[in-house]
Amino acid sequence: MKRIKGGEEDGHGPPSGSPPEACKKVRTQASEESEAAGASDAPVSDWARLPQELLLHIFQYLPLLDRAYASQVGRRWNQTFHMPELWRCFEFELNQPASSYLKATHPDLIKQIIKRHSNHLQYVSFKVDSSTESAEAACDILSQLVNCSLKTLGLISTARPSFMEVPKSHFISALTVVFVNSKSLSSLKIDDTPVDDPSLKVLVANNSDTLKLLKMSSCPHVSPAGILCVADQCHGLRELALNYHLLSDELLLALSSEKHVHLEHLRIDVVSENPGQHFHTIKRSSWDAMVRHSPKFNLVMYFFLYEDEFGPFFNEEVPVTHLYFGRSVSKEVLGRVGLHCPRLVELVVCANGLRPLDEELIRIAKHCTQLSAIGLGECEVSCSAFVEFVKMCGRRLSQLSIMEEVLIPDNKYSLDEIHWEVSKHLGRVWFPDMMPTWVPFCDQWRSSIPWKKQAAPWLHQKGACTSGLT
Amino acid sequence: ECSSPPADALMQELCRFLLQCLEDLDASLRKLNSRLFVIRGQPTDVFPRIFKEWQTTCLSYEYDSEPFGKERDAAIQKLASEAGVEVMVRTAHTLYNLDRIIELNVGQSPLTYKRFQALVNRMDAVELPAETITAEVVQKCATPLSEDHDDKFAVPSLEELGFETEGLTTAVWPGGETEALMRLERHLERKAWVANFERPRMNANSLLASPTGLSPYLRFGCLSCRLFYFKLTDLYRKVKKNSTPPLSLYGQLLWREFFYTTATNNPCFDKMEGNPICVQIPWDQNPEALAKWAEGQTGFPWIDAIMTQLRQEGWIHHLARHAVACFLTRDLWVSWEEGMKVFEELLIDADWSVNAGSWMWLSCSSFFQQFFHCYCPVGFGRRTDPNGDFIRRYLPVLRGFPAKYIYDPWNAPEEVQKAAKCIVGVHYPRPMVNHAESSRVNIERMKQIYQQFSSYRGLGLLAAVPANPNSVANDGVLNSGTSRGPGGSSEGLFTYTASFPTEKGNSTQKRRREEDISLRSSTKSWRQSN
Repeated sequence: MKRIKGGEEDGHGPPSGSPPEACKKVRTQASEESEAAGASDAPVSDWARLPQELLLHIFQYLPLLDRAYASQVGRRWNQTFHMPELWRCFEFELNQPASSYLKATHPDLIKQIIKRHSNHLQYVSFKVDSSTESAEAACDILSQLVNCSLKTLGLISTARPSFMEVPKSHFISALTVVFVNSKSLSSLKIDDTPVDDPSLKVLVANNSDTLKLLKMSSCPHVSPAGILCVADQCHGLRELALNYHLLSDELLLALSSEKHVHLEHLRIDVVSENPGQHFHTIKRSSWDAMVRHSPKFNLVMYFFLYEDEFGPFFNEEVPVTHLYFGRSVSKEVLGRVGLHCPRLVELVVCANGLRPLDEELIRIAKHCTQLSAIGLGECEVSCSAFVEFVKMCGRRLSQLSIMEEVLIPDNKYSLDEIHWEVSKHLGRVWFPDMMPTWVPFCDQWRSSIPWKKQAAPWLHQKGACTSGLT
Repeated sequence: ECSSPPADALMQELCRFLLQCLEDLDASLRKLNSRLFVIRGQPTDVFPRIFKEWQTTCLSYEYDSEPFGKERDAAIQKLASEAGVEVMVRTAHTLYNLDRIIELNVGQSPLTYKRFQALVNRMDAVELPAETITAEVVQKCATPLSEDHDDKFAVPSLEELGFETEGLTTAVWPGGETEALMRLERHLERKAWVANFERPRMNANSLLASPTGLSPYLRFGCLSCRLFYFKLTDLYRKVKKNSTPPLSLYGQLLWREFFYTTATNNPCFDKMEGNPICVQIPWDQNPEALAKWAEGQTGFPWIDAIMTQLRQEGWIHHLARHAVACFLTRDLWVSWEEGMKVFEELLIDADWSVNAGSWMWLSCSSFFQQFFHCYCPVGFGRRTDPNGDFIRRYLPVLRGFPAKYIYDPWNAPEEVQKAAKCIVGVHYPRPMVNHAESSRVNIERMKQIYQQFSSYRGLGLLAAVPANPNSVANDGVLNSGTSRGPGGSSEGLFTYTASFPTEKGNSTQKRRREEDISLRSSTKSWRQSN
């Protein structure tokens, strides 16, 4: 960075990238200014006299660290550094060296912000690592934001959900400080936290007019009644994320009531705690009410269930638009998806098994006329069926993410031929997704003639078990 | 019986392999009235002395594309030029001259395998491997052998390197070019019986070390990748009656080539920090979890059996590598660098470029991977080997479990565990994570990270790989960290994934920028849903 000659203090030079027009403006302004000292000198000293609006504008392009350096240049620049406009947004990063590789926001900076800028803060997030200390530090800061009128608050775990390790009362009291003082919270992201029904009541009591977005997936202390309270009172709610156990017919009806705005996005996580867990069903009429009220809303569902837990799902029409199966899902369930998800836009299947999904895919192509994105992991589909699927969907498929292993060559298409066929129907060049072959030459090839088995010497080495495998 | 041998045993295996390679080379040279000279010491000390003593006029060696290799070789070249010695360097460890591939890609290493394939298609044909040295080739050349050759220049023995050789069993992987070539022939013989060159189907047998396995020989240079390339081509032409082989035939060779190409100009290739092609992911520092994984004590038999095989034999199948790499980085959220180091220590065929590249790939840290796919530590194993024989072989404590429960013994009723004489929590560890929960958390974290890149914003989990990942075009939309635009902060944010226009409270900005340059997405932001 350049050093300033003259000017008030020696320090780090001005940031790069100031627009050339500013120079001209500065020069004209400087010559008009009443302060005579240095006005007709080398232009370098004019940097100190940049009008504050311009400085502010420039500072907004700088990352915080550079801005902090710039603030050391002189009183004027220092003043600009502390202008409220620059302190509306802040992301506190709280990491412990023992648990994270990332640096943390400097504690002195945090102190300064709380002291000088807490009443400027409007959009705040906390990023914490796996350690409980980080989550507790976040709560401590939250507790001190009494002069804050936040519009946005995000509590984000970057690794293991550490907010869950904080003593519940500590967390709740910290959160309540924000709820009570802000009164105009618009977006709230509190996934994986110990938030509970009473604190949601406090949220609602103070922010019901302004709340538009609420993300609270995996908050085990909230009950269906707790979230219902939110839906009943916060009529401006447009985005909601929660776990399936909180979903109820009443909730959907509340979100579709006349007083309620159109919902834009509903995200539901269906997670199995124990194998064989039972899940309740949602009535078709409740979903229908949602669709009637908010015809364009997106329903995003993430399933993390054992294969035999899907009984209550997809037996009737459900307006899901984005569907993710994070674990193995059966052929049968995918068949039901084809029949009952007419609004489906994206389907991602992590794993299925070793029986081809030919029929199921064709059915999905036929009935899910909005489908534009599909991802298949450990599944199997015959090449012919896959080509048929792509043909039926045509160019609406903007995302086709198929692992190479999924496609089984048959008598019509080999793997090399298939990518041309598919590209043809998609109208763009397409290849399957690949995994690197980590180990060259290790695969045993499928052979129609059994080759002579050779007893390898190491089969009888110390520790080798000879049961089963030859 | 099946106790875990100490890591020293594997180091011994590795050294033994290397020494056997050298002995084999020496034996082959002896047939031509020559010998191998093994010189001990640092190259920078040894070479000046040798150049003088032997009156060297020409030094030749195989080009090493890895960054440290290049640095070392540059130092040696300098020494050679100072001593007036001509230097001849040839590409042999890779199919192509990697710099030409990079040149073809406007001076940058390709960042996706597809792009790499497209470049390779445009390259000139692979050069033939050098002929083997025969008596005709040697002709009048003579090796100045002294009587005390064996004292001064012999291949060191295992004892000299400090290993115990008492009770040593036959090597799992016998080293040397002779062995490599024999295996190559056998490997191709089997291929010849397969009429269609189909993709192999995984089965229980695939998981075991194959008698025709070639990967360590490739790593140590006993087997030329070009030799394999041409033998494969010949075989294909024979079987398919002279048709042109598709690029996919060489798939396995090309993956290796791809990683070498991406690594060659990047000394930070094996790290996250400072690595321009690596996504900065906030991995957990969790030495306890790492140890359990490395020692095969996760409580997931599929993972533990694989890690046990790795410890005992120094080799695991590539899909087994995927499974354990996925488990470490996705279920345990431990950095891929840690896993890479363990593999480096334990794998007999790990090389720097392929190991680091594969770990980055598996952890979704680079190469524009879709991150939705996550191998299940129960299901994947079960689908590969339904009977569980692989588990029983390497974890004999679980031998008594029926196939139904062998992949998730913690779900087995008490009677079954008693009958198997193995109580979970006592004789075998409980599962260290709940996979449903860890995959849920994982997909959230991945989404969080990838939302920084505009092509991943939106509702979906799938994202558009940029049309040209190498273009340095600034799409300006990428970095959600800086507050851009007039007025600083923008009003209420209703992007569907609620990205906050927040200010980064520390100096990670710089790191982000580096990512942005290499991970530029296309100018189309992904908003396909509506």
